[in-house]
Amino acid sequence: MRSLAAILMLLLMTCGVWASDAAQLINALAPGDFKERETAISALAASGAEEAAPVLQALSGGNLYVRKSDGKVFIAETRGDALALTDPVGMAAAGEGAKADIEKIKINNNLRRLISNALGGLTMVSTDPAARRKAALSVLKSGDPAALPSLEKAISDEKDAGLAALMKQAAAAATLRSDRSDAEKMAAIGVLKERTDRDTAALLTAFAATTDSGLKDAATAAAQSIESTLARWAAVQNVWYGLSLSSVLLLAAIGLAITFGVMGVINMAHGEMVMLGAYTTYVVQGMVAQHAPGLLPYALLLAVPAAFLVSGSVGVALERCVIRFLYGRPLETLLATWGVSLVLQQAVRSIFGPTNKEVTTPAWMSGSVDVGGVLSLTMNRIVILAFALAVFAGLMMLMKASTAGLQMRAVTQNRPMANAMGIRSNWVDALTFGLGSGIAGLAGVALSQIDNVSPNLGQSYIIDSFLVVVFGGVGNLWGTLAGAVTLGVANKFLEPFAGAVLGKILILIAVILFIQKRPRGLFALKGRWVEA
Amino acid sequence: MIQAPVTPILGRGGVIFLVLLLAVAILVPVLNLFATPGSALHVPDYMVTLIGKYLCYALLALAVDLVWGFCGILSLGHGAFFALGGYAMGMYLMRQIGSRGVYGNPELPDFMVFLNWKELPWYWQGFEYFPFALLMVFLVPGALAFVFGWLAFRSRVTGVYLSIITQAMTFALLLAFFRNDMGFGGNNGLTDFKDILGFPVQASTTRAVLYFCSALALGGCFILARRIVSSKLGLVLVSIRDAESRTRFLGYRVEHYKLFVFTVSAMMAGLAGALYVPQVGIINPSEFSPENSIETVIWTAFGGRGTLWGAALGAIVVNAAKSWFTGLLPDAWLFILGGLFIVVTLFMPKGLAGIFSGWRWAPRPPVTEAAKVSTQAAE
Repeated sequence: MRSLAAILMLLLMTCGVWASDAAQLINALAPGDFKERETAISALAASGAEEAAPVLQALSGGNLYVRKSDGKVFIAETRGDALALTDPVGMAAAGEGAKADIEKIKINNNLRRLISNALGGLTMVSTDPAARRKAALSVLKSGDPAALPSLEKAISDEKDAGLAALMKQAAAAATLRSDRSDAEKMAAIGVLKERTDRDTAALLTAFAATTDSGLKDAATAAAQSIESTLARWAAVQNVWYGLSLSSVLLLAAIGLAITFGVMGVINMAHGEMVMLGAYTTYVVQGMVAQHAPGLLPYALLLAVPAAFLVSGSVGVALERCVIRFLYGRPLETLLATWGVSLVLQQAVRSIFGPTNKEVTTPAWMSGSVDVGGVLSLTMNRIVILAFALAVFAGLMMLMKASTAGLQMRAVTQNRPMANAMGIRSNWVDALTFGLGSGIAGLAGVALSQIDNVSPNLGQSYIIDSFLVVVFGGVGNLWGTLAGAVTLGVANKFLEPFAGAVLGKILILIAVILFIQKRPRGLFALKGRWVEA
Repeated sequence: MIQAPVTPILGRGGVIFLVLLLAVAILVPVLNLFATPGSALHVPDYMVTLIGKYLCYALLALAVDLVWGFCGILSLGHGAFFALGGYAMGMYLMRQIGSRGVYGNPELPDFMVFLNWKELPWYWQGFEYFPFALLMVFLVPGALAFVFGWLAFRSRVTGVYLSIITQAMTFALLLAFFRNDMGFGGNNGLTDFKDILGFPVQASTTRAVLYFCSALALGGCFILARRIVSSKLGLVLVSIRDAESRTRFLGYRVEHYKLFVFTVSAMMAGLAGALYVPQVGIINPSEFSPENSIETVIWTAFGGRGTLWGAALGAIVVNAAKSWFTGLLPDAWLFILGGLFIVVTLFMPKGLAGIFSGWRWAPRPPVTEAAKVSTQAAE
C-alpha cells in the first residue's frame, strides 16, 4: 500500500505541486477503516482545495468510488452496466469502468455529519462570493452551532464588509443555539436585532422560549423590535403599491380630466382611446422588429409620440363628427360616445382579433430595485410612475404657460368673450379634445406594459377614471392628481384587510357617499356658473 | 318647456300600444298551445320565451323612461334593480328545487352544499314562500332606490354626476355578487330551476302563462306610469326635468318628487327582472354589468324618450334586431348597436315615436353660441 502511494506521488509530482497535494488527499479517502477515513476527510477539508467540496459532496451522496487496480479515487455515475468515471482533479471525464473493477467508498452516519459540517465550512471559504453568501444565509436560517468554528474563521478572512456583516449575523444565530456564555449570547441578540426579516424574529422568539434568564427579555424585546420594523416596512410597501396603482389611475384619468373636466364632455369612448394607444404600441413594436431590430429596446419610446398622434387624431375626428353637435347636452353626449366606444372596440376586434396581443417589455424596464433588503420595487412600475408624473407636469405646463393652454382656458371660461378676442373657439374645442384623447393614448402605452392588450382594455379603466375625476373635482388637474393618489393608496391599504374585491367595493361605496357630501368633488370650482 | 296642462291619461299612442300589446299577449300563447305544430300559424316554444324576454326588457325600458324621460334622471344603474328583482325570484325558485338538486339536500341549494355551508343564511329565510318572494321583488330594489335616491337627491347630485354614481352602484353590486361568500351562487348565479308555484318551469303551458304575465305586467305598469305622468305630480316632474332650480324656487320639494318616481321606477325594474328569470332559467352577476344598464338607456332613446310606449317599443325592436343580427352576422352587431347610439342621439332625438305618432314635442331650439355657454357653465 505504501509503495503504491509512493509511486502515485511520483507520478503526480509531474502534474504540479497543488494538483498532486489534492490528488493525494483525495486518494487517501479510500483506504483503511472509518476512523482513518475520518482523519482523511478532515485533512481534505482543512486543505481548502477547490476539489474538496465536490469530492465530499460525492462521498456523502455515495458517488465516490475507488479503482481496485491502482487505488485511484473517481466520482462515478451508473451508466447501464458500467460506471462513467470523472477524475476529481480537474473534473475531466476519465472513461468508463466495469462495476467489478471499482468499489464504492463506504461512509456511516458519523462521517456524514462530519462531511456536512466540513462542507458548510468549505463553502464559507469558497472563492465565489455568492457561494459564501449562500452558506452564511443557510446557517442564519438553521442556526446550527456546529458551523460556528468555520464561520468564525471565515469572518476573520472575509474582505467584503457586507458579507462579513452577514456572517457575523449567522454566527450570532448559531451562538444562540450553542452552549456559549450568556454574555456572548447577549451580544448575539444585539447583532441579530439589526436584521429585519421574519425568520430572525422567529429564531429569537424560539430562543426566548428555551431560556428563562435575563436573556429571555432581551430576546423577546429584540423579536418585537424586528416585528415592528417589519410592520413599518409593510406600510411602506402598501404606500408603494398604492402609488403604483395611483400612477395608473392618474394616467387613465388625466385625459378625461381635460375632456370631461375642462370641456364638460362626457367621453365614454375615453377607455377606447387608451386601448388604441396600447394597440399602437403593439403595431410600432411589430414594425420596429421587422425593419430595424436593433432599435427594438427603444420601440416603446417611439410608440409614445405615435400613440399620442393616433389617439389624438381619432379624438379630433370624434369631436368634429359627433361631439360638436351635442355640446350642452351631456346625457346625449354620454350615449353617443358610448356608441363610438362599441364601434371602436368591434373595429379593433375585427382587425386584430379578439385575443390578447403580446407587447414585450424592453430590458431597461424589467428587473427590480431592492430597498432596505425588504422591499423590491419592480422597474416597470417605477418607470410608469415617473411617466405619469412627467405627463402630468407636461400637461400642467401646457395649460398654464402656453398660448394654446391660455386659449383653452379662455374658451372654457367665457366662450363669447374668447370669440370676440379673435380665438377660433371651434378649433380650440377640437384641439382640446384631441389633447385629452392623445393623453389617453399615452396612458395606453404605459398600460400595455402591465395589462393585457385586448379590445376590452379600455373598459376596465373607464369607471375608475370617472370616479377619479369626479372625486378630485371637475375642472381641476390638481384635483385629479389628488383623487388618483387618494383612491390608489386607499385601495391598497384596504386590500390586506378586506381582500381585493371587497376593498374595491368599499372604495366605490366610499366615493358614492363622498359625492353626496361634496357633489362637486374634492376641489370644487366656485363661482356663479357652478350652480345650475 | 312644460307641456300643455291637460293631458289625456293614455293618449292616442298609448291606446294603440295597449291594443297591440293585448293582441300579442293573447295571440302568441294561443297560437303556441292550440295551433297544430308544423302549421304556418304555430308559434314555437322558444319564440314564446323569446318574446316574453323582450316584454321584460320593454318593462325595464319603461321604468328607465319614467325617470329619464319625465324627470331627467339618467340612471345608468337600472340594470341593478332589474337584477335584484331577478335574484329575489331566483331565490324562490332555488328553494323550490328542494331535494331534487345534485346533492339532494332538502334545505340547502347545491352551491351552498358545495361551499360546505351547514345552514341557510338569514337572508335566505322566507324565500320558500311565494308571497314573501314576490314582496321582496318589489321591496329590495325599492329599498335600495329609496336609500340611494334619498342620499343623492337630498345633496342635489344631478346630471352626469348622478349617472356616474348610479353606474358605480351597479358596478359595486356586480363585484359583490361575484363573490362566493355573498351566498348568491357567485359566478354561476342561480339556475337549474324546477318548479314555480308547483308547475314545472320548462312546460310550455307554464311558459305561456309566464309570457302572459309579462305582457300583463307591461300593460299594467304602462297604465300606472301614464297615470303618474299625466297627474299634477307628473307636471311637476316634467318641470323638474326642464328647470330644476326654478321648480325648487317655486316651492316644490324637488327631492321628494324625484325620490318617489325613482323608487317606483326601481320597483318596476325589479318586477321585470322577476318575470325575466323563470323564462330564461338563469340569473347571474353579469346582469349587474354597467353595459346592460347603458344598453337599456339606448332602447329608451331609440324608441322615443318621454313617451313610455316608445321606450317599450324601442326595447322590443332593438332586441329583436339583436337576436336576428347576432345569428346572421355576429361581428356586425356591435357596429350596428354602436351606430344606433350615435345616429339616434344625433339625428333622431325623438326616436321611433317621433316618426310614428302625430304626438308633438316642441322642437328643440337650435343650440346658439350663447346657449352653449350657459349650459356648459351649468355643467
